[in-house]
Amino acid sequence: MKYSYYPGCTLKNKAEDLDAYARASAKVLDFELEELEEWQCCGGVYPLGNDEIATKLASVRALHAAREKGQELVTLCSACHHVLKRVNDDMKNVEDIRTRANNYLDLSTPYEGETTVLHFLEVLRDRIGFDKVKEKVVNPLTGKKIGAYYGCLLLRPGKILSFDNPENPKIMEDFIRAIGAEPVIYPYRNECCGGYISLKEKEMSKNMCQKIEESAEGFGADMLITACPLCMYNLNKNTSTDLPVYYFTELLAEALGVKDEVKKA
Amino acid sequence: MLRIGVFVCHCGSNIAATVDVKKVVEMALHEPGVVHAEDYQYMCSEAGQEKIRAAIQEKHLSGIVVCSCSPRMHENTFRNAAERAGLNPYMVEIANIREHCSWIHKDMEEATEKAVILMRAAVAKVNLNTPLQPGESRVTKRALVIGGGIAGIQTALDIADAGYPVDIVEKTPSIGGRMSQLDKTFPTLDCSACILTPKMVEANAHPNINIYTYSEVEKVSGFVGDFTVDIRKKARSVDMSKCTGCGVCQEKCPSKKTPSEFNRGLNNRSAIYTPFAQAIPNVPVIDREACIKFKTGKCGICSKVCQAGAIDYEQKDEIITEKYGAIVVATGFDMIKLDDYDEYAYSQSKDVITSLELERIMNAAGPTGGHLERLSDGKAPKEIVFIQCVGSRCADNRGKSYCSKICCMYTAKHAMLIRDKYPDVNVTVFYIDVRTPGKNFDEFYRRAVEEYGVNYIKGQVGKVIPQPDGKLLVQGADLLDNKQILKEADMVVLAAAIEPNPDVRKIATMLTASIDTNNFLTEAHAKLRPVESPTAGVFLSGVCQGPKDIPETVSQAGAAAVKAIGLLAKDKLLTNPCTAHSDELLCNGCSQCANVCPYGAITYEEKEVNDHGIREVRRIAVVNEALCQGCGACTVTCPSGAMDLKGFSNRQILAEVDAICR
Repeated sequence: MKYSYYPGCTLKNKAEDLDAYARASAKVLDFELEELEEWQCCGGVYPLGNDEIATKLASVRALHAAREKGQELVTLCSACHHVLKRVNDDMKNVEDIRTRANNYLDLSTPYEGETTVLHFLEVLRDRIGFDKVKEKVVNPLTGKKIGAYYGCLLLRPGKILSFDNPENPKIMEDFIRAIGAEPVIYPYRNECCGGYISLKEKEMSKNMCQKIEESAEGFGADMLITACPLCMYNLNKNTSTDLPVYYFTELLAEALGVKDEVKKA
Repeated sequence: MLRIGVFVCHCGSNIAATVDVKKVVEMALHEPGVVHAEDYQYMCSEAGQEKIRAAIQEKHLSGIVVCSCSPRMHENTFRNAAERAGLNPYMVEIANIREHCSWIHKDMEEATEKAVILMRAAVAKVNLNTPLQPGESRVTKRALVIGGGIAGIQTALDIADAGYPVDIVEKTPSIGGRMSQLDKTFPTLDCSACILTPKMVEANAHPNINIYTYSEVEKVSGFVGDFTVDIRKKARSVDMSKCTGCGVCQEKCPSKKTPSEFNRGLNNRSAIYTPFAQAIPNVPVIDREACIKFKTGKCGICSKVCQAGAIDYEQKDEIITEKYGAIVVATGFDMIKLDDYDEYAYSQSKDVITSLELERIMNAAGPTGGHLERLSDGKAPKEIVFIQCVGSRCADNRGKSYCSKICCMYTAKHAMLIRDKYPDVNVTVFYIDVRTPGKNFDEFYRRAVEEYGVNYIKGQVGKVIPQPDGKLLVQGADLLDNKQILKEADMVVLAAAIEPNPDVRKIATMLTASIDTNNFLTEAHAKLRPVESPTAGVFLSGVCQGPKDIPETVSQAGAAAVKAIGLLAKDKLLTNPCTAHSDELLCNGCSQCANVCPYGAITYEEKEVNDHGIREVRRIAVVNEALCQGCGACTVTCPSGAMDLKGFSNRQILAEVDAICR
């Protein structure tokens, strides 16, 4: 199975690992991530202003390119996932934005939200199946107690992203079980890390991240996993605890036995 | 050709503000047969009806059309007015220019044009009307009450006291309903059982009341005054005539792992059980899904220990068929499921409970013997937080849009009772608004705040966070203080919204009674007929019609009883003369009409007919007018056009269509 792939800019520099481990894992799991030939930064934040379309166009171009290839569009970064899904929903359901974006882009066939956007985890759950992932695991992470850190951008707004129950999600826990480890459920796993507030008010982000890590540790987690480069940054830089934080793709690659080749490369 | 009068109502400004009524009158005078037309501000008023009477008599009218509101509202009013003036009431037609026209249009020109067309159609129809005479049907002097909670019990007692026999059908093994699960009742704080159980006993002992517990209504046919109902008496596996209610079987039963429905799953019950000690009847049932004997064939302990020999593993469901004149629905409510409210950690923490679960915990006969304790570790809580409006007044579609009405009062009750019995426990209530109208209700809430020191915070809770040490962190907002609140609690109580019993959809369908989008049964008129369903002979009692507390439920139960008694007191009812009839010269005996008739009103006879001089015996359809409800299914099915409906004949309908298309 081939998917269009939108890595996003962070995965091209700070979060190269997140990308590399995902590509290597995809090979083992028999699906192909075909990077879009041309893509631009999604902006990182969903533009709430509905009186202009410029900030949404990068997403629309990516969504349109995937439609032209007749492929589903896969992304990995929580922020890209959030922005792409929301803009796609706008193109499908908000007539004003759809009309203006199409008028500007002047496509041969107007784009009307036809593309399905999938997060890499959704590919594992809904297209491959966690039981199939489990079958391919050669190096199960037995005995590891892992807290899934969802953050906010993966889950909310729940109806538009339709990723999982935003108040009590389980996709990452199912993922943790599939790679042979034990999930630790803790109440702060769907709370925000502070995001970009970290640039302006570091103390506030510190406060938020500290709570997340303490709660996870309190419930017995040895490590956290995340899908978001910004969460990764905040959880690493803004806490006094030394709870390790990994990209979920790194543990997937490890379980599938391809972590070392990625490292060498 | 009839002499027709047209009466156009302004309905104050309801019609006249959108429809040019003078124009409708003017246009009416051009219609064939119309000899009189006039308009008036309120045609349904005494003065309006007098205008109709005067016109009928002075102009010798033989048919009238009233252009007004829906016939649901005032068809009877105008038929009666016509009858008083000496006209057959079925010579009246209504053109609905309010609901079908003025209320849904804004443009006067368009609305007027439509009103004229509707008037024309009605005139065309009335031209073909014929005088009809209603028949009579008998009234079975027996009532059925569906549901044995406080609403059903009260309705049954009131009907029975008036001298009519009543059957109560209750799905669970005992009557008593939700009220039997409550500990104390607001605003007087008397114990629920102390005021309910005497009523249960009274109902059980009443010579006019017959109670079917562990039973469900399975099929309803017939109509007002003459319903036929099939009741499924589920196999109890215990012979009610032999059981003495000693309870030994329940003690000895080795299968004790089934969550107790009565205690909201907070503890377990045996496979053979009565839901609670004061159950009526005090005869247990065997839950066949939990019973070892039924699952494996081995066990039979209850049968061995039963001195009375009442255990009967062979018992089968029994169908009882009974006739009733009136049916009262009293199916009550349940609390909503909290699956969509994971932010309150209900499924994650045992110490987050619903208010109904708290009732069981506070109750001396409940799972903790009335001790207030955390279900996780049995420790006494020191901080309790109540969260109101969980799923009520919900802006999105996770919960209910309506106010559940009882939660503000029972939460004040819970808070007060806890502070009274455990003065060292702090109680905090998060609320959107405190809604306590009702006699002595607001005073009750004030007492909770002022005398019992309950801490009320205006604001909603965003999240309940279980802590590794077992405590709960409640994260909320204080809107009056404009502050975020993070409060540690030992226990959180959720005032979950109430919703109609899920079975009500099935029952409403059987009764052809309408329900609203929230599954509450609809009343015939929101203000003037609040305890009657629009379906004749069906009455509404208690929360099945909308959220209410106990005093309101009991009042409504009495009102429903009075309406049922009023019906049962009649010996005969006038039947609708708009029934189907078959033209025997056209009927070819194909049976298609009988196949579609929902009322079983059509039979076939071998009858001698005279077809243009040829006498022969043919198989033809015959309609039983007492059973026919005039639905018209047969008339549209009949391939030879032999079936027709009086008052709504094919010719009349086509004349209306022609008039509209003219």
